[in-house]
Amino acid sequence: MSLIAEKKSFGAVLWDYLTTVDHKKIAILYLIAGGIFFIIGGIEAMLIRIQLAVPDNDFVAAGLYNQILTMHGTTMIFLAAMPLLFAFMNAVVPLQIGARDVAFPFLNSLGFWMFFFGGIFLNLSWFMGGAPDAGWTSYASLSIASPGHGIDFYALGLQISGGGTLIAGINFLVTIINMRAPGMTYMRMPLFTWSTFVASALVLFAFPPLTVGLFLMIFDRMFSGNFFNHLLGGNTIIWEHLFWIFGHPEVYILALPAFGIFSEIIPTFARKRLFGYSAMVFATVLIGFLGFMVWAHHMFTTGMGATANAIFAVATMAIAVPTGVKIFNWLLTMWGGNVKFTTPMLYALGFIPSFVAGGVTGVMQASAPLDYQLHDTYFIVAHFHYVIIGGVVFGLLAGLHFYWPLMFNTMLNETLGKITFWLFFIGFHATFFIQHFLGLLGMPRRVFTYGADQGWDLFNLISSYGAIFMAVAVVVLVANIIMTIAKNQPVGRDPWEDGRTLEWAIPQPVPFYNFKQTPLVRGLDTYWIEKQEGNKEGMTYAEPVMDIHMPNNSIIPFIMAFGLFVGAFGALFNGEKAWAVPVLILGLLITFISMGARSLKDDLGYHIHKEDLLNDKGGKH
Amino acid sequence: MIKGIKKWRLFSLLAALTVFLSGCGEEYISTLTPAGQVASDQLDLMYLSTGIMVLVIIVVMIVYILTIVKFRRSKVGENMMPKQVEGSHTLELIWTIIPIVLLLILTVPTVVVTYNLADVSGMDKKDEEGNATAVTVNVKANLYWWEFEYPDLGIVTAQELVVPTDEKVYFNLIAADVKHSFWIPAVGGKLDTNVENVNTFYLEFDKPSNELETGVFYGKCAELCGPSHALMDFKVKSLERTEFNEWVTNMKDSAEAQAPQGDLALQGQEIFATSCIACHAISGEGSTGGVGPNLATFGDRNRVAGYMDYTEDNIKKWINDPEEYKPGNLMPQPEDLNDGKKYTEQELSALAEYLMGLSVEK
Repeated sequence: MSLIAEKKSFGAVLWDYLTTVDHKKIAILYLIAGGIFFIIGGIEAMLIRIQLAVPDNDFVAAGLYNQILTMHGTTMIFLAAMPLLFAFMNAVVPLQIGARDVAFPFLNSLGFWMFFFGGIFLNLSWFMGGAPDAGWTSYASLSIASPGHGIDFYALGLQISGGGTLIAGINFLVTIINMRAPGMTYMRMPLFTWSTFVASALVLFAFPPLTVGLFLMIFDRMFSGNFFNHLLGGNTIIWEHLFWIFGHPEVYILALPAFGIFSEIIPTFARKRLFGYSAMVFATVLIGFLGFMVWAHHMFTTGMGATANAIFAVATMAIAVPTGVKIFNWLLTMWGGNVKFTTPMLYALGFIPSFVAGGVTGVMQASAPLDYQLHDTYFIVAHFHYVIIGGVVFGLLAGLHFYWPLMFNTMLNETLGKITFWLFFIGFHATFFIQHFLGLLGMPRRVFTYGADQGWDLFNLISSYGAIFMAVAVVVLVANIIMTIAKNQPVGRDPWEDGRTLEWAIPQPVPFYNFKQTPLVRGLDTYWIEKQEGNKEGMTYAEPVMDIHMPNNSIIPFIMAFGLFVGAFGALFNGEKAWAVPVLILGLLITFISMGARSLKDDLGYHIHKEDLLNDKGGKH
Repeated sequence: MIKGIKKWRLFSLLAALTVFLSGCGEEYISTLTPAGQVASDQLDLMYLSTGIMVLVIIVVMIVYILTIVKFRRSKVGENMMPKQVEGSHTLELIWTIIPIVLLLILTVPTVVVTYNLADVSGMDKKDEEGNATAVTVNVKANLYWWEFEYPDLGIVTAQELVVPTDEKVYFNLIAADVKHSFWIPAVGGKLDTNVENVNTFYLEFDKPSNELETGVFYGKCAELCGPSHALMDFKVKSLERTEFNEWVTNMKDSAEAQAPQGDLALQGQEIFATSCIACHAISGEGSTGGVGPNLATFGDRNRVAGYMDYTEDNIKKWINDPEEYKPGNLMPQPEDLNDGKKYTEQELSALAEYLMGLSVEK
């Protein structure tokens, strides 16, 4: 595929990606877009650490700092971490379960473009009068009072990209339920598929409360609704609940797929099957379930009363149990194994202590009275960065190195990869470990500056130095990616040599139709079983070579999402600019007409004929 | 010789203690140097939870390090094929049950303390004459300043909370504009000031604040509330009960007691009376409702605008350009009050002189 792609003109490649419904290409789109947003969010993080490096700094002004911290959080969660996870889900899950694509390829494309346009819309706020400034949580009293259009960008942008996420979540649920290859029972699904499954279920139940909350906020800000105006009978605490009913499961939406990635990497490089597979599956499901029972621990200081605080404290602590089960199962997977220290494995090994540290501080905060001290301080900042970076970002970087050969048929440089790891690992701990103590010493979070001599000066400086290490690590990573693409050295099938699951059995580069014949899955770690039995093909087939039905590419998802993007500007400037209402109508018309076109025009796809498949030499190893 | 060792031991202990204590931060703001029952209950929970968690970390790290050392490929050989173990029910049970037990150990005190700290029944207790036995403070958080009303005592102040030591002080918290959060780290955990409902809790102050290096405890706003969130500090003076009672009496008489001394102060009073007074009360007697902070005790304050050093220069700077020092605050710029002109240097001096004379303690 890559050889053919090179011969195409740039315009043709661009058109191909704009119209693609192939999960492998959509994965690449997610990877690029998420990667760019990750860098933007990282630059914002660096600005924060520069500002806080010394007391009474005036590197960024007070109001601007709030915009930066809001956009850092929002970008990293919604526009970097989630899309990057979707990149790996798209790239891996269909191959892992032996499917030719996701269940709804058209929707897959629509989900991506909605995320993308939502993210662009949100970031355009920087150039159109200022970014949102009420924190990524955007608590209602502050966000309603916030002047300018920042919060409108937040609400509309997240609404559009959140819709994309919801679509993607539903798509993966349907895919995993319906499209597993013969023999791939639920209890033979690889852990990454399992965690994608559970995370998608969380998306399905967690995003609607956010959607509701954002709509209430949009009504309040743009059409003078009074849902959050307490003077007219509204209530701001409702926003807090809606936000955290979404926001807490969101943490697991991010963490579970990362756990899934580690659950693939650790057995591969320990050359040993995952210890306690069924316990791992059960723990994943349980974490997902409990994730919905604990949202109010973000609100211990809101004044819910002792009973609510006590209940949510105990419920929160309960989550530590299945998480602990996972940690010990990973350790026992390596125990008695044959551990090879590749870059992905280094991230997995770095993840275990980092995430344990993040997890135990979570238990400390679950103790409600203690949380009265810790809430909204740098202790919390340290805690959630330990969870999100130590858990999720390590997972993403591990996945990037691990699945790169699967996605691109080349291998990222291992030496540079290890340099990146060590810089990132050291920088991460230097930046965030010390922030626990800043919180205990009384430093609130989200402060644009702090007075000297309150006992915080040195620790903040150390923290800022740590951030430099992380920034350098990312630069090395980008250099590594560019060099690898420039070299373009194919590595073929099963480049890690100890691949266990179905995705490694497929010939490289992966044919656009994935499997010529649907495989028959004969157990957990199906490729491992075939290799052990000396099957050179790597797969047992469940069917003879037959015609394959493929979906057509389509530009409609792009146009549909673009219509929402245009319409959002109309909604944003409603009542302020004369062109607002026409633009709103125009945008919605674009979307509805494309929806009509999609519904009315039959698009039956096409077939790849059996003869062509048999003649296809490409994709053989 | 033995004596020498003893001394050496003592010295090392002292050194360790110094490092430890300096690691606890400044005692007027650190949660690790509790100055009251609430903060020390919370610190006890922290020690307990940290202890349990460190235990977990140690166990994990032992298994982790052993695994990495024993089962690395360079040690077990390139071609070693590990036994493909499915799992172990016994082990799964062990690492399910032990964490549950550990969590139960933490759960019990957590629940007990949660209820204890929420107990504000003492607030309504009355003595035989029908006077409240405990001090209750109504805290109103405004965009970047704090108002403290003592409803039972009929006085009100701002920016610097004054409380008696060694007894429970009750707080009713509310916000006037957007959500804030009321936090005195060294004395106890925070509670949000919501816009729509009153939150209630209590704190206890163990020691008079004049024993502190800074003379006051530091209070913070802990909920993002706008551009100057970071500057929304307040200070707390804790006084022995007798001194507190004296302060209350002085506050009630503050309108008369604070008469300006000298020409400059008189000039300042004149300017004040034509502009500032629209928002700022100068009598400590009264109740809530000021548009701007009550200035009755301005001469006794520890800070200007809640966070700037208390100097005449800073008072002048602040009056001359509030927006510069607290972006987004609601105090009018002087030109809005003074026919589009800034105050002259002389007028600023007069105002500062007048304000610094507003004292009930001196």
